[in-house]
Amino acid sequence: MTLAETLRAALGPASLYSGVEDVIMYEYDYGLDRGMPDLVALPRSTAEVQAIVRAAQAAGVPIVARGAGTGISGGAVPAQGGLVISMARFNQVLEIDEANRCAVVQPGVVNLDLSKLAEPYGLFFAPDPSSQKASTIGGNVANNAGGPHCLSLGVTVNHILGVQIVLHDGSGVRLGGKSPDGPGLDLTGLIVGSEGTLGVVTEVTVRLLPLPEAVRTTLAVFTSVEDASEAVSNLIGRGLVPAALEMMDRLALSAIEAAFHAGYPPEAGAVLLVEVDGLLEQVEAQASVVDEVCRSAGALEIRLAATPEARAKLWAARKGAASAMGRIAPNYYLHDAVVPRTKLPQILAHVVEIGQRYDLPIANLFHAGDGNLHPMILFDAREPGILVRVMAAGNEILNRCIDAGGTITGEHGVGLEKINFMPLIFSAADLEVMGRVRSAVEPSGRFNPGKVLPSLASGHGLPQRGAMPALVPEGLWV
Amino acid sequence: MGLTVVGTEPAAADLSQCVHCGLCLQNCPTYLLTGYEAESPRGRIHLIQALTEGRVEPNDAYRTHIEQCLVCRNCESVCPSGVHFGRIMEAGRAQLYERASLPLGQRVFRRLAFRELLPHRARLRLMFGALRLYQRLGLQRLVRATGLLPKGHAEAESLLPPLPPPFEPRWEVFPAEGETRYRVGMFTGCVMPLVYGPVHAATLRVLRHNGCEVHVPRQQVCCGALNVHGGEQVAARELARQNVRAFLGRGLDAIVVNSAGCGATMKEYGQLLDDSGAAEFARLTRDVTEFLAGIELQPFTRTVRRTVTLQESCHLVHAQRIKDAPRALLGALPGVDLRDMAHPDLCCGSAGLYMLTEREMSTRILDEKMVDITSTGAGTIVTANPGCMMQLQRGVRRAGLHSDVKHVVELVDEAYGG
Repeated sequence: MTLAETLRAALGPASLYSGVEDVIMYEYDYGLDRGMPDLVALPRSTAEVQAIVRAAQAAGVPIVARGAGTGISGGAVPAQGGLVISMARFNQVLEIDEANRCAVVQPGVVNLDLSKLAEPYGLFFAPDPSSQKASTIGGNVANNAGGPHCLSLGVTVNHILGVQIVLHDGSGVRLGGKSPDGPGLDLTGLIVGSEGTLGVVTEVTVRLLPLPEAVRTTLAVFTSVEDASEAVSNLIGRGLVPAALEMMDRLALSAIEAAFHAGYPPEAGAVLLVEVDGLLEQVEAQASVVDEVCRSAGALEIRLAATPEARAKLWAARKGAASAMGRIAPNYYLHDAVVPRTKLPQILAHVVEIGQRYDLPIANLFHAGDGNLHPMILFDAREPGILVRVMAAGNEILNRCIDAGGTITGEHGVGLEKINFMPLIFSAADLEVMGRVRSAVEPSGRFNPGKVLPSLASGHGLPQRGAMPALVPEGLWV
Repeated sequence: MGLTVVGTEPAAADLSQCVHCGLCLQNCPTYLLTGYEAESPRGRIHLIQALTEGRVEPNDAYRTHIEQCLVCRNCESVCPSGVHFGRIMEAGRAQLYERASLPLGQRVFRRLAFRELLPHRARLRLMFGALRLYQRLGLQRLVRATGLLPKGHAEAESLLPPLPPPFEPRWEVFPAEGETRYRVGMFTGCVMPLVYGPVHAATLRVLRHNGCEVHVPRQQVCCGALNVHGGEQVAARELARQNVRAFLGRGLDAIVVNSAGCGATMKEYGQLLDDSGAAEFARLTRDVTEFLAGIELQPFTRTVRRTVTLQESCHLVHAQRIKDAPRALLGALPGVDLRDMAHPDLCCGSAGLYMLTEREMSTRILDEKMVDITSTGAGTIVTANPGCMMQLQRGVRRAGLHSDVKHVVELVDEAYGG
C-alpha cells in the first residue's frame, strides 16, 4: 500500500487528503513562502498522530505539523513537500485547574478561546499574538509567540508548564507538568520555539494568570514617530513597565481606520497605545505618569478608553492592523526585527530612507516597549521585478537592525523566511551546536526539514552577510 | 498574473485583496465543523485563484469545496482587509459551472430551480398548492409514518413546514391607517407568499399602522438571489430588470423587504445591472427591521409574553451589516424577554438551496445551532429570513422541541394586537 492508502485506511477518508484540489490550500501560511504538500492528515488523537508518524517515517517523507496557518515565516509550509499534519481537530480544552492556575489543552485550541473559557475563573492566558482570534496554542508553542502584552508578562515560553510530544519514532513522551520549574534540563523550554523540528506536540499544559484588577488604556497622538519614540524612552526611563506599549505610524493608521473606524486619528504622524494594569490605586498613578510623559513629549491629544468596549475597540483595531493592509496594497512583506528600544528612532530613520531609495511605501507597527518593529513593505506582486526590490529593501532593514545590536525575529519565528539570516546573528559554531541538539532529539531530519537551521536545510549553505533570502517565484500569488 | 476581468471570471483585484491572514477561520461555520482548510474562506479563495491560474481542475473535489460554502458572508464581516467574499464566490461558481460538466441530476435540478420554477409565480403557486393539499389531506403524516420515501427525498420533504394560507393581496395599493407619512413598496418574493404568508400579512399590517401607504406591485417577480448565489447571473439580471420596472415610477420613499436574503441581493442590483434604475432601486431598498427601527413607531398596545432568542440572519447581519435594528425592535416590545444565544451571528445552515443540495453539512451545522438555542431556554426563536425560518423549524422538530419560530416583524405585529 502507498502511504496515502495506509493512512486513509487508518484515519478514514475525511481525515486524509491527497489530490491537488484537496491539499493546495496547505501550501501557504500568512507569509510569502509556498510549498505544496503531497498529503494532508487531520488526526483527532495522539494515537492517530503516532500512527501517522510511524507510517510517514517508514515511507521516508517529510512531516510538517500545522496549527491554523497564521504564521508569517513559512513555519507551517511544507518546504520539501511530504505530509502535513493539521492539528486543527485537536481543539478541546481538557481541564481548567483554577486552584493551580493552569489549564491542560489540546494544541489546536484557539488562543483567544482559551482566555475566554478561563475568564469566568478570573484567569487568562498571557501571550496574546495579534492573530489570537485564529492562531492555536500549538502554533504559539512552536513559534514561542509574543504579543503586545508580553512586554510585562513574557513570551509563550514563560507560560508553558509542560507538553506531550510525539517523537521521530512515534513514541509519545510527557515533559514538565503542572508543577513549575522541575529539576534537570528544561526540555519543555527546548520544545517551545522549535518550530516543529523536534516532534509533534499533542497536549500542552499552560500557566494561567489572574486577570488584573484594573486596566487603563491610553491613546496618545503625536505629529511624528520621533516624538512618539521619545515618549517611549521617557516612559521606560521613569521606571514604568506598561502592560503594553504599541506604536503605529501614519500609513499603518490609514489602513486601520479604513477597516475598523476605531477612532485612531488618520491625520496623526504616529500614535502610541499604552496600557497599564494591576491594582486600582497603582494603575491610576501609572496612568497619570503616562499622561504627563506623553504631553511633555509633544502629544497633540490624549484619550483614555472610557469603557471596556472602547478599550476592546482600540485593541481589535491594533490586532487587526496587519491584516487590514489588504485595503491599501495587494501584497506586503511584514518583517519582525528587534532592536534595543533606545535605537528605535534611529532605525526608523533608516527604514524611511530605505523605503524612499527603493521607491516602496513602508507602513510601521511596533511593539515599542520591547523594541520589536514590524515594518510592512507594501507592493503589488503583478508589477514585474518588484519582488527583487522588496526582498532587497527588507534585507537592508534587517542588516541595519543587526548593526544596531538587534536581531532578526522578535516573535514570528525563523521558519523558511529568515533561515538565510541566521548566520548573520550566529556563528558557524553556534549553529553547529544547535544542529547537534536538534539531531539528538530528532535524528531522522524529517520533521519540518529546511526550517530554522540553515546548516541542516538541504540546498542551504551558510550564506554570507547581506545575502538575500529565497525569492518567491515571480507571478506567484502572495 | 495579468488576469483580465471578463464575463464571469472573479476579478483579479478582488482575489488579491485577500492577504491570507486566517482571521476569517473561526467565523466560518464549515471550517469550525471540519477544521479543514479547504472548507475555509481563505482556502476557497485560494482554490478559485488556482483555477483561474490553471493550477487545479474544476473536478469533483474542487466542486465540493466551492459548493459546501454557505455564502453566509460571516468572513466578510470580520475581514480586516475588506475582501468581497460574496462577490468572489458568486463569480467563482459562475466560472465553475461554465467550465465543469455537472452530473445530470444536478443539471436537471439547477434548470428546474433557476429557470423553470423560481422565475414563474404561477408554477410556484401550483406546486405549493399541491403540497398544501398533500398536508391537508393527511398524506404528509401518512408518508412520514410509513417511511415510504427514499432517504434523500424524505430528508428534503422534512424541510417542509406546515403550509399556512398563502399571501394573496387583493389590491396593489393599500392606504395608510391615519395620516400618510410614507409611501413604500412591499417586496413579496417567490416562495415567501406561499410558505410564510402570515409574515407578509403581519408586515403589511405593521407598515399601514405606522402611516405607510403600501404598494404591492403585481408585476414584481423573484429577486434572483438564489440564481446569483448559484452562479446563474444571466437569469438573475432578467428578474432584476422586471423588479426595477415594477417598483420604480411610483414615487416610493422605500422598498421594504422582509426576507434578508432577498434584501441583500436587491441592495446589490446596482452592481448586477449597472444602470441608474437598478442603482435607484438598490438605494431605496430597506429591510423591514431597518425601516421600522428608523421611523417613529406608533405606541404598542399589547404585551408579548415570550422568552425570545434571536438568530441573526446572515444576509441581514453579514451581507447587509444590520445588527442593531432587530434587537432594538425586540427590546422595545413590551413583555419580550430577549436571551442571547452563543454565536447568534453564526449561520444555521439554511443558506437558501444549500439545505437541499448540501443536506449533510447543513444538518450538522443546524444540530450545533440547536444546542446553542436550547441552552437559552427561550420558547420563541426569531429571525429575519424565510430560509432561516424553514431551517430552524426543521431544527425544532429534530431536537424534539415545541418552540415557535417567528419573524421579528410577527412579534412587532403581536405588540399591536395583530
